[in-house]
Amino acid sequence: MLLIYCPYCKEERPEIEFRHAGEAHIARPTDIKAISDEDFEGFFFIRSNPKGIAFERWRHVHGCGRFFNAVRDTVSDKIIMTYEAGKPRPSDEEIQARLKELAL
Amino acid sequence: MSGANRIAGAGRLTPAKTVRFTFDGDIYTGLEGDTLASALIANGVHLMGRSFKYHRPRGVLGAGSEEPNALMGIERDKARKQPNVRATVQEVFEGMTAVSQNRWPSLGFDVGAVNDLLSPFFAAGFYYKTFMWPKAAWQKLYEPVIRAAAGLGVSPDEADTDHYTSRYIHCDVLVIGGGVSGLSAALAAARTGASVIICDEQAHAGGAFAYEAGVTMNGEPGFDWAVAAANELAAMDNVRVLTRTTAFGYYAQNFVGLAERVTDHLADPEPQQPRERLWQVRAKKVILATGAIERHMVFANNDRPGIMLSSAARKFLNHYGVAVGTKVGVYTANDSAYETAFDLKRAGVSVEAIVDCRDHPGEGLLERAADLNIEVLTDHSVINTSGARRISAMTVKRNRGGAGRSIAVDALIMSAGWTPSVHMFSQSRGKVAWDADTQRYLPGEYAQDCTSVGACNGTDDLQATIDEAVAAGLAAGKATGGKRAAKPKLAGSGAGNWSGGMAGSAAGAGPDTTVKAFVDFQNDVTAKDIRLAVREGMHSIEHVKRFTTNGMASDQGKTSNIHGLAIAAEALGRDMPEVGLTTFRPPYTPVTFGSIVNHGRGKLFDPARKTPMHGWEEEHGAVFEDVGQWKRAWYYPRAGEDMHAAVNRECRTVRAVAGLFDASTLGKIEVVGPDAAKFLDLMYTNGWQKLKPGRCKYGIMLREDGFIYDDGVVARIAEDRFHVTTTTGGAPRVLNHMEDYLQTEFPELDVWLTSTSEQWAVIAVQGPKAREIIAPLVEGIDLSNEAMPHMSAREGKICGVPTRLFRVSFTGEAGFEVNVPADYGRAVWEAIWARAEPLGACAYGTETMHVLRAEKGFIIVGQDTDGTVTPQDAGLSWAIAKSKPDFVGIRGLMRPDLVAEGRKQLVGLKTKDPKTVLEEGAQIVADPNQPVPMKMLGHVTSSYWSENCGQSIAMALIADGRARAGETLYVPMPDRTIEVEVTGTVFFDEKGERVNG
Amino acid sequence: MRKYSIFAVAREAMRGHKGWPQQWTSPEPKKQYDVIIVGAGGHGLGTAYYLASQHGITNVAVVEKGWLGGGNTGRNTTIIRSNYLYDESAALYNHAMKMWDGLSQELNYNIMYSARGVMMLAHNVHDVQGAQRHIHANRLNGVQNEWLTPEQAKEYCPPLNISRTARYPVMGAALQRCGGNARHDAVAWGYARGAADRGVDIIQNCAVTGIRRAANGAVEGVETTRGFIGAKKVGVVAAGHSTVLMDMAGVRMPLESYPLQALVSEPVKPVFPCVVMSNTVHAYISQSDKGELVIGAGTDQYTSYSQTGGLHILTHTLDAICEMFPIFSRMKMLRSWGGIVDVTPDRSPILARTPVPGLYVNCGWGTGGFKATPGSAHVFAHTIANDAPHPINAPFTLERFRTGRLIDEAAAAAVAH
Repeated sequence: MLLIYCPYCKEERPEIEFRHAGEAHIARPTDIKAISDEDFEGFFFIRSNPKGIAFERWRHVHGCGRFFNAVRDTVSDKIIMTYEAGKPRPSDEEIQARLKELAL
Repeated sequence: MSGANRIAGAGRLTPAKTVRFTFDGDIYTGLEGDTLASALIANGVHLMGRSFKYHRPRGVLGAGSEEPNALMGIERDKARKQPNVRATVQEVFEGMTAVSQNRWPSLGFDVGAVNDLLSPFFAAGFYYKTFMWPKAAWQKLYEPVIRAAAGLGVSPDEADTDHYTSRYIHCDVLVIGGGVSGLSAALAAARTGASVIICDEQAHAGGAFAYEAGVTMNGEPGFDWAVAAANELAAMDNVRVLTRTTAFGYYAQNFVGLAERVTDHLADPEPQQPRERLWQVRAKKVILATGAIERHMVFANNDRPGIMLSSAARKFLNHYGVAVGTKVGVYTANDSAYETAFDLKRAGVSVEAIVDCRDHPGEGLLERAADLNIEVLTDHSVINTSGARRISAMTVKRNRGGAGRSIAVDALIMSAGWTPSVHMFSQSRGKVAWDADTQRYLPGEYAQDCTSVGACNGTDDLQATIDEAVAAGLAAGKATGGKRAAKPKLAGSGAGNWSGGMAGSAAGAGPDTTVKAFVDFQNDVTAKDIRLAVREGMHSIEHVKRFTTNGMASDQGKTSNIHGLAIAAEALGRDMPEVGLTTFRPPYTPVTFGSIVNHGRGKLFDPARKTPMHGWEEEHGAVFEDVGQWKRAWYYPRAGEDMHAAVNRECRTVRAVAGLFDASTLGKIEVVGPDAAKFLDLMYTNGWQKLKPGRCKYGIMLREDGFIYDDGVVARIAEDRFHVTTTTGGAPRVLNHMEDYLQTEFPELDVWLTSTSEQWAVIAVQGPKAREIIAPLVEGIDLSNEAMPHMSAREGKICGVPTRLFRVSFTGEAGFEVNVPADYGRAVWEAIWARAEPLGACAYGTETMHVLRAEKGFIIVGQDTDGTVTPQDAGLSWAIAKSKPDFVGIRGLMRPDLVAEGRKQLVGLKTKDPKTVLEEGAQIVADPNQPVPMKMLGHVTSSYWSENCGQSIAMALIADGRARAGETLYVPMPDRTIEVEVTGTVFFDEKGERVNG
Repeated sequence: MRKYSIFAVAREAMRGHKGWPQQWTSPEPKKQYDVIIVGAGGHGLGTAYYLASQHGITNVAVVEKGWLGGGNTGRNTTIIRSNYLYDESAALYNHAMKMWDGLSQELNYNIMYSARGVMMLAHNVHDVQGAQRHIHANRLNGVQNEWLTPEQAKEYCPPLNISRTARYPVMGAALQRCGGNARHDAVAWGYARGAADRGVDIIQNCAVTGIRRAANGAVEGVETTRGFIGAKKVGVVAAGHSTVLMDMAGVRMPLESYPLQALVSEPVKPVFPCVVMSNTVHAYISQSDKGELVIGAGTDQYTSYSQTGGLHILTHTLDAICEMFPIFSRMKMLRSWGGIVDVTPDRSPILARTPVPGLYVNCGWGTGGFKATPGSAHVFAHTIANDAPHPINAPFTLERFRTGRLIDEAAAAAVAH
């Protein structure tokens, strides 16, 4: 069972309070009606599913109810950082810096 | 008398405290604190089990949880039979009943032992090569025979009457292992004030000190120190000492599972005591002090009862006061076995010879042996043993040539060296590393916040172990917020050196031999089996393991894995680390299902959700159905009625008079805010801006892919307030879906969502007399048709409590849904019932609700749709607002296959014989005479006997269904074919006039 | 190849089993093959076997980063059944089902297919409707499946608790009698031996690090930890790692990889005669020939390549097992492990050509790939050999996620009203 830091509650809580909500930073196209079938496939079905650093969404469903984002290593399952929904994807430098912090 | 082999003055048990127990029906006496194994050996019983495949007689190998051989059944009563119990772990108690396993008719004479004679045939993996002819015989003949021969103990055959419990707990420092290293670390950590948990699988702390007789700590005997240290720890407020508690699994982020055996050692457990307790520990730091496990020597016939690890014999002697034999042989590749021999000799046991395969034993050992008059044969090996149900002799031979010499013995103790227990470290996803100097795997790169100390870390010297453990304990305590504390001053001496030894087959069991030199005792894997695997191309250690089953028995390879690896490496001509190591998988030792499940049984398996009216429904004879976690009233049978009769009566009554239905399980979401209508426009296919406060509308919700996700009636309570209803099962996911879009895609909308599913009790009053029933109870709402037409909503009072009263209908009758605060649900229901019953109305359940809505062609999402159905498919195109620029699913609906011809569409079906009721799920074809596989057009989604229509009715999803109106189609059943006609979906009151009545 | 038989075993028994040849060799990779299969699980090895045995294509390499059969093939709970709802699925899984019966003889390797029956429990009205829909569709598709009352279910599986007072009482069960189990390792080994005997090179400990494409986009071969290996056709059969492999060729996949756990109990004498599955309470159980109860758990909620999962997932599964089979409460978990399952949006596999000429993919089996092994391998070999799908796998395209022509077995089991 993972421990997850909710960026809204500012607390680390056990995984069973949270629900995984899929890959992060996939925005719904603003004029979705106008996109091609291929773009719709890309938006709705295609997933990065990376081995290593993944950007994903969680919802603190049995807590504050908020959706937020996390950076997690899918090989070790370590959560590197979490951040509020709507914030930009952390840069490689930020992730590396955080990894160093965690290693200490 | 507690056994002829009990040595007066030896061990720590109290001679006066005897316990009587039975083994295979014979009565024995042991001492309190004995394990089953020590008590049986004390009574001269070495034959304790039979092996898995060859049914060879077996005695104990070890004295702890690594035991592969001495597995037994322990039976308290009919419901509490426990198979596969390690005799070396199970403590005896007064009246205990133990039985041997995997033998017939008796342990002494086991017919299955014929397998041993046939063993040349039963080489590793033989079953992959045969039993293939004739084809049918595998399942009919071979497999049943193999299955019956396999398995060890017998499964319980009654429900377990014991109970189990569980605790979640956080601590600063978790110390796994209560030997000297664990105790030292715990003492150091505890003194910083950190919260500490220390656990050990044994009944007592002390680890190896239980048998290492010569050790002193700060000048006192090692074991006494350990007991005192454990007591000191237990007395501290910040420490929890858990004995009989195995750390079995190391999961992500220092989450460790511990299994505590609470009552298995007690003769009469209190009824309220749990049998076991699961501890789920989240530790800031974990200190692994898991020690090391001795390995056996791999030589011909090394498995006879009486042959055991030297550490086991030493523990039997020094802790339990039991001599494992009267004439003991020793076979070793390292120094630790010498200490056992010396202890035995000093206790008056004859040690026939120490056979050491090395030229040069450790310093001083030969002299000490000579002082005790023990013959030491260096550069010698034991190349064979004899004895039927117990060893009677060992054959000893000089390593390079010479004739064998037979030495009569009744026990043989052995040591090939010690394997550091890196199980928990490896489970933590740490990488083990091969230490070439000491020829063993040790903790390498760490993956979690833990430290290994002592023998499991390859630290051999006692003082070095203590220092390492103290340093780790202090560091862990400080790192988790403890204060500075003085180091505990611990000085240990007198421990033997356990490094060195050998892995793999010993003399006489090498590659060119065909002897049975056991590597994995329980699974009967021999050195030659491993070589055979390699010969057949199994070059990965994982292949070797799976092909031979080495290390897969209930001991999970604690004594066998390293030997197997060494033999495979030798056969491959590679170094051990090149061959790799099999994965250490949880649990460390087997864990009872009941312990993991603990309270999650029966009612607590999954909580049942009940509506406020549940009690009334029970009192009025309702039969309930499970819908998700909800218990819903299904139908209300009266005396003499079956389900069919009850439902027919309910259906008639609702349309003739009225009925009450508990609709409280419907999901309810309050959508509030200036942008509420705008938000619903995005969430539903329908348009909401024009819906006036006080009006209701049926809404369809899609997923982004265009398929129907949920539906329900939505009432606009005020300009900025909607009362949304969802399906019963859909409530949580619909709210999640809405929250997801609101928070992440449309955060600019000013809307709040609140689940109100459990805040409102919902009483549907449906039927011609619905208004008459509720009218006298309602205050402040004009119920007339003109003032409150179909699909309207009002706020007011009923029975004096606030209500949201909806004029809605899922039956096609005029009707109301009375929403009241849940706490008043039953009272209001009873008040309405008091009005309804004298008028001839009934209470009806979900089955009648289903029939009535089907008569009207109303769909149930999840029954008439299945996640592949669009609104168009379901005949709900009218619910899609054409003018909206966007809603969830708008693009999905445009995909090529969703607009293609030939999609399945929802239609009605009437059977040609009106009495025939179709089966839900039945498939529909155009040509019933075509061969299988048939071309299926679709399936029956809903089907009922309609008492009101006087015939059966059904709905179905059928390819191009709407264009087939009037066509005859066929429903092929196993015994007949049913003719059906495609119709519209409305079977009753087609014009829909009754709803306005 | 040395034929396996009782006589061969007896002969070898006389001479200490010294005469058995290697079941497969460990050759150095050649520079060029006609076909490279990436992934030596059951599906991959089977594909190579059928390329050689059915299509005469023997210049084939199976490249494996670890040891053959070490992924989901060697980690699953070995359930075999074919009672799927949709015509496309039924055809695919039943193709496999027919091949299981006789696979031991075909391979001359006892894969221990045991048709002891797979029983799927229904615990509520919605389950019953779903089961009936499956049974009716299966019957017209020529797929075995029948309905059992709770009492009949109990007779078929005596440990089953059919008490009406259970939290979720058993309302009946769908039984596929030809369903059952097989020995997972033997399936991989049997195919490996058969393929190797026909000239296929099985190259273990060789990780693919890239898929090389020519200027025209077509596949040229694979970069590996043991150097470049050329081939005009590459079939990726990499289960949980399919996304990673396909990314190397620039093909993005509709897949997510989840941890799936399983466990076995200590071995006991025969007590459990069949396979029982319950989707509602989430539990899958059978008893192996060794006597262990083999129990499948659910997936963790997050994607992962860690091959481990949380204890709470196993707990949930054992809750369900002890609820359905209260006699097993005293049984002990002996070993638990995890695999990585690749899941598609419609829970049906992808067995198809890809937009890259010469690149083929077989993935997306989710939690249920083992049962399809022979059928999947057989039609995938056909697809590679002919550069065109077999009629059975024609619907299992990558394009279906664009057109919407999904084969949605998961949706068909939609959540209740």
